Amino acid sequence: MSLWFSIFLLIVLIAIPLIGASIPGFPLLLGVIIPYAAIAIFLVGFVMRIIGWAKSPVPFRIPTTSGQEKSLDWIKYAKYDNPHTFWGVVVRMALEIFFFRSLFRNTKAELRGQKIVYGSNKYLWAAGLAFHYSFLVIFIRHFKYFVEPIPGFVSLIQFFDGFFQVGLPILYLTDALIVAALGFLLLRRLLDSRLRHLSHAADWFPLLLILGIASTGILMRYFIKIDVVSAKELGTGLLSFSPVVPIGVNPLFYIHLFLVCTLIAMFPFSKLMHLGGIFLSPTRNLANNNRAVRHVNPWNYDVKVHTYEEYEDEFRDVMKAADMPLDKE
Amino acid sequence: MNDKGKIVLGLIVFLVIMTFPMWYNFINGVVPFEDAVVQTANTPGKDKCVRAADYMRTQHMDLLNEWRQEVVRNGDRYTEDAYGNKIEKSLSNTCMDCHSNKEEFCDRCHNYMAVAPYCWDCHVLPAEVQQADMALKVDATEGNE
Amino acid sequence: MSSSAEVKFKPEEIARIDYSPPSEHWTDPQIDFEAKRGNWCYSGVHKSLKYLDLPVPKTKFAPNDQDWGLPENWKEIILEGLRKRLDRFRSLKVFMDICVRCGACADKCHFFIGSGDPKNMPVMRAELLRSIYRKEYTTAGKIMGKMVGARDLTIDVLKEWYYYFYQCTECRRCSVFCPYGIDTAEITMLVRELLAEVGMSIDWIVTPVANSFRTGNHLGIQPHGVKDSLEFAADDFEEITGIKIDVPINKKGAEVLFIAPSADYFAEPHYYTLLGYFALFHEIGLDYTWSTYASEGGNFGLFHSHDMIKRLNAKTYAEAKRLGVKWILGGECGHMWRVYHQYMSTMQDEPSFLEVPKSPITGTVFDHARATKMVHLAEFTADLIRHGKIKLDPSRNDHWTPTYHDSCNPARAMGLLEEPRYILQNVCNNFVEMPENTIRENTFCCGSGAGLGTDENMEMRLRGGMPRGSAVRYVQENNDANILLCMCAIDKATLPALCDFWAPGVEVGGVHEMVGNALIMTGEPERKTDLRGQPLKGKEEVENE
Repeated sequence: MSLWFSIFLLIVLIAIPLIGASIPGFPLLLGVIIPYAAIAIFLVGFVMRIIGWAKSPVPFRIPTTSGQEKSLDWIKYAKYDNPHTFWGVVVRMALEIFFFRSLFRNTKAELRGQKIVYGSNKYLWAAGLAFHYSFLVIFIRHFKYFVEPIPGFVSLIQFFDGFFQVGLPILYLTDALIVAALGFLLLRRLLDSRLRHLSHAADWFPLLLILGIASTGILMRYFIKIDVVSAKELGTGLLSFSPVVPIGVNPLFYIHLFLVCTLIAMFPFSKLMHLGGIFLSPTRNLANNNRAVRHVNPWNYDVKVHTYEEYEDEFRDVMKAADMPLDKE
Repeated sequence: MNDKGKIVLGLIVFLVIMTFPMWYNFINGVVPFEDAVVQTANTPGKDKCVRAADYMRTQHMDLLNEWRQEVVRNGDRYTEDAYGNKIEKSLSNTCMDCHSNKEEFCDRCHNYMAVAPYCWDCHVLPAEVQQADMALKVDATEGNE
Repeated sequence: MSSSAEVKFKPEEIARIDYSPPSEHWTDPQIDFEAKRGNWCYSGVHKSLKYLDLPVPKTKFAPNDQDWGLPENWKEIILEGLRKRLDRFRSLKVFMDICVRCGACADKCHFFIGSGDPKNMPVMRAELLRSIYRKEYTTAGKIMGKMVGARDLTIDVLKEWYYYFYQCTECRRCSVFCPYGIDTAEITMLVRELLAEVGMSIDWIVTPVANSFRTGNHLGIQPHGVKDSLEFAADDFEEITGIKIDVPINKKGAEVLFIAPSADYFAEPHYYTLLGYFALFHEIGLDYTWSTYASEGGNFGLFHSHDMIKRLNAKTYAEAKRLGVKWILGGECGHMWRVYHQYMSTMQDEPSFLEVPKSPITGTVFDHARATKMVHLAEFTADLIRHGKIKLDPSRNDHWTPTYHDSCNPARAMGLLEEPRYILQNVCNNFVEMPENTIRENTFCCGSGAGLGTDENMEMRLRGGMPRGSAVRYVQENNDANILLCMCAIDKATLPALCDFWAPGVEVGGVHEMVGNALIMTGEPERKTDLRGQPLKGKEEVENE
C-alpha cells in the first residue's frame, strides 16, 4: 500500500516537469525558483534539525561497548570498539561513518530444528556501502556542472570513476553500482516479508526517488543525450547567483533536476537525516570512561531517598536484638 | 553535556562542504560561458556540416564513435552526409577540414565540461592546425605575461 | 519454577516458530491478553506503588482485564511526559528521527528469535513509540498518518506498549548491530517511565524497588535477617572447608565496602558464589564490610525509571560515607554494574570522601575507577591472580566443564569481557566457550532480565532464552559442558529454568564459586568437596572405599 503510494507520488513528480517544461514560465520555476527554494530548505532545515537535537542534552554517558573495556594495564582493550579516550571515539566514529562498522557485524540467525545457527551476512553492508560511496562520487562529479574552472579533484574522481574506459561515453562505475545497490536495497525490502511488513512510505519513497534521479541521469548521459553546456550554464548561473534560464533543454533534464530538488528539500524532514544524526548518537560518540571521568547531567535534580537514619529508626529494635552496631542507641 | 562547540564546528564544516560551488564560484568570479556559434576557421566552399547543428551539439561523439567502428573494424571508409554528399568518415580529414580551430571548436567545450576524449591519443592533428594551435598558444602565453 | 515450565511447555512446541509477519498492518495495537497468557507480567501492587509515592491506578487490574484504571487525563500525561523526555534526552530525540528501518536489528533480538512476533524486532518495538511521536511532532505524520507509520495515541496503544516494552530486557544487543547505534534499551526505559506515570508498571519491578527502598534489598529482608543469612553461610562455609571466617557487617572504618546482589545470600545457586567471596576475602585478609542498609547491589530502579535508579543508588555512597570506607568493591551482578558504571557518577555528587581504589594486596591502583571509586570484583580478582597473590588448584574444578555466559550489561554497557575469562582460565582446567555469535559483545540475554523474571511470564522467558539455551546445548553436546557460569544475579536466578528446558543437565554457577573451589586456603584441611558439597573429581572413589 505505502509502496504504491510512493510509486504514485514519484509518477506525479515526474509528470510535473514533463508537462511543465513546455509551458512558458515553467522553465524559470523549474530551473531557478524551485532549485533555490530546495537548496534553502535543505541548508536551513538541516541546520535547524541538528540544532533541534543539540538542544536536548546528553544526560548520561551510555556508550554501547562492543569490546573489552579499559581496566587493568595488562588487559588489551578494544580501543575503537570500546574507546576510552576522545581520539578512540574519533576513530570509532570514523569507522562507523566511512566503513559502517556496526553494520559490518551483521549476521543472520536461522532456526534449524530447535537450534539457532548464525551465518555471516554482509550483503546489506556491501550494498549500503556501495550505494553511499557511489552517491558521494556522483555528488562530487556533479560539481562540474556548478563551478568553473573545474577543480582538479573533481576531474580526478571522474577519471577514476571511468578508469576502465568501457563504452562511449565512458561508463562511470558508480552509475552502474548505484543502480545495482539501489536495486538490491529495494528488492530486499520488497522480498523480505519482515522488511515489507515494517516499511512505510518514508522508506519506499526515498529509494524510488533516488532510483529515479539515477535513472534520469543515466538516460541523459548514455542514451538520450542532452545539451550539457546549457545544463552547466544553468548550474553555474544558479550557484553564482546570476541565474540564466536556458532554452530548449530536454525535459528529461528538468525531470532530473526536479527530482533532485525534491530529494534535497525533503532531506531534513526524512530519515535521510541519519547523515547528521549518526554524529549525535550517544551510544557511539561517547568514550567509555564512565568510572574514570565524571559525566555531568545538566538537569540532574534531587530525588526522594531513604536515608540511613530513617532505616535505622525503623529497624533499631531488631538490629539491637541482633547485636548489630547502631548509630543512635 | 551539550557539546555546543563540537556541534557548531561540525555544522560549519557541513555548510562549507555543501556550499562549495557557491564560494568557489564567488572566489573565481564565474563569467557566463560564451556559447554562441563558434566560427570555424576554414570553410572553403563548405557551409554545411554533415549533420544538423542540434544533433552535432549533443551527439557528435556517437557519430564519431560509429565512424571509428566502421572504419577500423570494417574498412568501410565512406558515407553520405545529411544532404546526400559522399564524405570520408574521418575526424582528421572531414571534420578538421572545416573545424580546424581545435582549441576554439573542440577543447573549449570539452574543458568546460571536463570531458577528456581520447581522439587525439591516436589522431595526429593536421600540420596547419598544429601550427595555428602553436601560434595561438604562444599568443596566449605572451598575452598572459 | 523449572518443573512447571516443563509441564506446561515443550521445547519442540516453543521452537516451532513462524517468522512470517501477519498480513494486518502493524499500526493496529490490539492485543488479546487472555490468549497471550504466559507472555506478560502482572501489574504493580498498590501497596508498593504507594510506598514509593508513584501514581496508582484507579482500580486494581490484571493485564487481561478491560479496565486498567487509567486517570482521566492519561493522554495529556503521556504526551507531556514524552515532550519532557524529548527535551531531556538527546538519545530519544535522535533515535526517534534517524532510524532507516534497515532491519539489521531484527534477528538480533532474543525475543524475536524466540517468538517470531514482528513487534519484537527492535526496529518495530521502537516504531510503537515512533508512530505516536510522528503523529504528535511531525508534519508528515499529521498529514499522511498510517502511510508514514503514524497513528493516534489510544488506550490500546498504551496496552500494547505495556506488552512489548515489558518484552524487552534492555540487553542492548540490537544496539551493537545498529549502524546508528540506536539503543532499544534507552527507548524501553523511557517508555516504561511514561507508562509508570499513568500507573502502569509491573509488580516484579515495583515491589522489589519498594523493598530495596525500605530494607536495602529487593526481597525485603530486614537487617537482622541479612545478618543471620550471612552468618549461616559462614557456618556452612566452615563445614565445607574447615575454615572459620569472620563476616563483618556494617563495620565502620573498614577499608572496603562490599556490595553484592542480595540474591547471593538468599538464593541458589548464587549462594555458592557467596561462599566463593568468603573464601577469597578471608584468604587475602581483606579489611571489608557488608552493609545491610545498602544490601542490594542489583538496582531494580533501572527497570523502572531514571528517578528510581537514583533513589536506590543513592544508598551506595551514603553508606560508604557513613561507614568511612576508602573505596567500594562490587560483586557479581549484571544490571547492578550498568548502574554503577554508566549512571552512578552522573547521578550522585562526587564522592570526595573516598579514595581512588587501590588493591591492598597487590598495590594496583584502579585508575579506570578513579571517579566512581568502585571496582568490579572480577577486576580485583584478576589482578590478584596476575600478581600471583593467591594459590589456586584448578584441578578442584575438574568435575566441571564450565562455559561462560556474558551478562548483557557488563558486556555491552561496560566491556567486562576478559577479566572473567582470565580468572576462569586460572581456576578451571576445562573451560570452553560457546559459539562466538553468542558471547562477549554478541552475548544473548537470559530472556528474563530487566524485571521480567516472573513465573507468569514463563512462556516469553523460555522463548527469549532460546538463543542462549541453544548455545548452551551446543557446548553441552560438543564439549560436555555441564555448568553455565555467569556474573549476574538475575542470570543465576533464571538460567536454571532455562537450562532445564533447553539443555537439561547443565547447572548454573558463578565465577567466584569456581574461584572458591580452586583457592588453596592457608591451613585448610584437604578439600574433598566443592562449595556445593559435591565430591571433587578423584575424591568420590576414595570416599567409597
